Amino acid sequence: MAIGETIRNSQIWKSIFRHPMPLDRRNRIVVMLTNFFLHLHPVSIKKQGIALSFTWCMGGVTFFLFLVETVTGVLLMFYYRPTLEWAYNDILALRDVTSLGILRELHRWGAHAMVITTWLHMYRVFLTGSYKPPREFNWVIGVILLLLTLLLSFTGYLLPWDQLAIWAITVGSNMARATPILGYEGPGQQLLTIGGIDMITDGSDARFGLLGARFVGEETLNRFYVLHCIAIPLATSLLLAIHFWRVRKDGGISGPL
Amino acid sequence: MHSNGFFLKDVAGFLGGYYAFIAIMNGVASLILWRRKNQLGWAFVWAAVAGVMLILASLALSGSATLVPSLPLAARKLVNALSGPVLYTLGTTALLTVLFVFRKFFVKPMVAWTVLNALLILMGLSMADENFASIVMKPDNVPIVGLVFMLAFFTWVATSQAVVNDERIKQGLPPMEKLNDEKVLVWPDLVYTELICMVAVSAFLLVWALVLQAPLEEPASSVKTPNPSKAPWYFLGLQEMLVYFDPWYAGVVLPSMVVFGLMAMPYLDFNKKGNGYYSIEERKFSYLVYQFGFFELWITLIILGTFLRGPNWNFFGPFEYWTPYKVEVLNNVDLPQFFWVNLLDRPLPRAPQGAGTLVQVGTILLRESPGLILLGAYLVLLPPLLAVTVFRQFFAKMGFVRYMIMANLMLLMLSLPLKMILRWTLNLKYIVSIPEFSLNF
Ligand code: HEM
Repeated sequence: MAIGETIRNSQIWKSIFRHPMPLDRRNRIVVMLTNFFLHLHPVSIKKQGIALSFTWCMGGVTFFLFLVETVTGVLLMFYYRPTLEWAYNDILALRDVTSLGILRELHRWGAHAMVITTWLHMYRVFLTGSYKPPREFNWVIGVILLLLTLLLSFTGYLLPWDQLAIWAITVGSNMARATPILGYEGPGQQLLTIGGIDMITDGSDARFGLLGARFVGEETLNRFYVLHCIAIPLATSLLLAIHFWRVRKDGGISGPL
Repeated sequence: MHSNGFFLKDVAGFLGGYYAFIAIMNGVASLILWRRKNQLGWAFVWAAVAGVMLILASLALSGSATLVPSLPLAARKLVNALSGPVLYTLGTTALLTVLFVFRKFFVKPMVAWTVLNALLILMGLSMADENFASIVMKPDNVPIVGLVFMLAFFTWVATSQAVVNDERIKQGLPPMEKLNDEKVLVWPDLVYTELICMVAVSAFLLVWALVLQAPLEEPASSVKTPNPSKAPWYFLGLQEMLVYFDPWYAGVVLPSMVVFGLMAMPYLDFNKKGNGYYSIEERKFSYLVYQFGFFELWITLIILGTFLRGPNWNFFGPFEYWTPYKVEVLNNVDLPQFFWVNLLDRPLPRAPQGAGTLVQVGTILLRESPGLILLGAYLVLLPPLLAVTVFRQFFAKMGFVRYMIMANLMLLMLSLPLKMILRWTLNLKYIVSIPEFSLNF
């Protein structure tokens, strides 16, 4: 193809892609080393490590779902305002008015799917004993990622501001009220008394810290929105980077010695 | 409960497609086996199943109460009457145990395929029940149905490889994974696999998004409490634990311990075998502990909490209508009550009016002494006792600190099933109950 050839030989193309097309062995190696997105991978890998029956590609699918959530999430942010006045109506409009309303379905089902694939990935890592030395610490990072995934889903659950949302978050966050010592109704909360003044009240306990109020209300919506759209995704991205880096540094996908 | 007329018309299309899907699935299986030539018998079986499924599909499409395939009403009533938290828990335990013990049998492709078909057909028949369908088809519950099938599938994938590897290791051969250790280039082998995975996942997600609308209920109202009020589905296992424990334990301490235990796991499992390949025999202890925690104490509780817990968190059979008026008699008793009143036939110790703090605390301790002694024995005496008996080798290999952490984590994990059993058999509510400090256990 002459046109293709011309494009690939142009200065613009060459300035973007630092390597020729990966058609022969040499260039297939070069591409892995010189492309930003591909350099996450090694150049070559044991056949066993890429067998679908071994990894189920589950970590990869989880990561892909995280990307899908990021993209659809950013787009949804254009349509959604986290206030009592607008939150519900904006979601309603996504269903009834907005032509790209399917974004919400993609985002919600993608979130459910990500929780499931994270569990499955962890299950696979357990079943192949891949948490054993030298990968112990990557497993620990994984557990934190699991927590962050659940928190992402939990904080997002509130945003539609419908009955399903606020009551699920109410039930979930009521637990924090019972935190030992730090919860208003938790065992031992009487211990934190200074000069006869009870430090742990329903306006200062763990649940209040979580909700920003005594019940799930406007402050909670704002708090969960910020956590959901900024804080937790940032933390997750950082840990994912470490997770992937460790997969490489720990000797690649595990396998029998 | 309700008349079936409209409902069946609504699900007819879904069920028709569903059975047609099972038919295609079996047709493909039959074709593959037929082309391989060595299992012609099975090829015919699956072809026949496909035929039957096509008939079921057309019956389902009729949408008429007499034709749509469903479980007999009497059978549904029986299931409802029999089911309860006890039978559910014991039943799932028995089922998982059978699957584990006879895993060599169940991983055979034809057996697994039969089980899959049976499950799918049972599911289809149940979906013709309005009460069942109304819970299972709730948009946010659909993922759990998916989770169940995915878990079954991947457990099969893993177990079939583990069974083969265990057999090979017994014969002194390396695991199958070892045979595949020549190196290949990541481009194209891995990069293309990833691309295909991404396309497949995107397609799957798009279809899901097109077919199933995301739920949106009435606007939030802090005065209208729905009954039941449920946490998001992945936390329903925790919510189910609230039946047996107070929130401080079920909702805070136990989950924290789960997270801590998961993180500690790689440092507690000193078994060097089974690293990097599927195996069960080589790491039976850790395998069983993990599976018990994951399936028994997490997944089955989520299913229970989602599908079988209705208004007031009462238990409902799978085909039962979720009436808010179901009343369950609760006459649970605390351990001090058992001990002082029922056993010793005397009132609970009570501090005299206006007693000092010390006397009050002393009285509480006396009152709760049976439970405290029991708990102390469980958490303090049991670990060393186990260290010199069943876990002697573990103790020797792990050293004091690691062993104690493992033993305590295991005992905390077992606290849930133990409390369940105590509740079912003795109606025991709390072992220790100190409302003065909001400390009930
Ligand atoms: C947001 C969630 C997560 C993502 C996106 C993710 C992604 C990945 C990916 C892409 C891999 C490469 C191998 C594979 O695909 O299986 C991997 C490996 C690994 N993951 Fe994760 N992971 C996540 C959560 C977890 C969790 C929850 C755990 C365990 C508690 C975990 C532990 C590990 C370990 C130990 C490895 C190395 C496995 C081996 O070498 O065989 N990860 N992860």
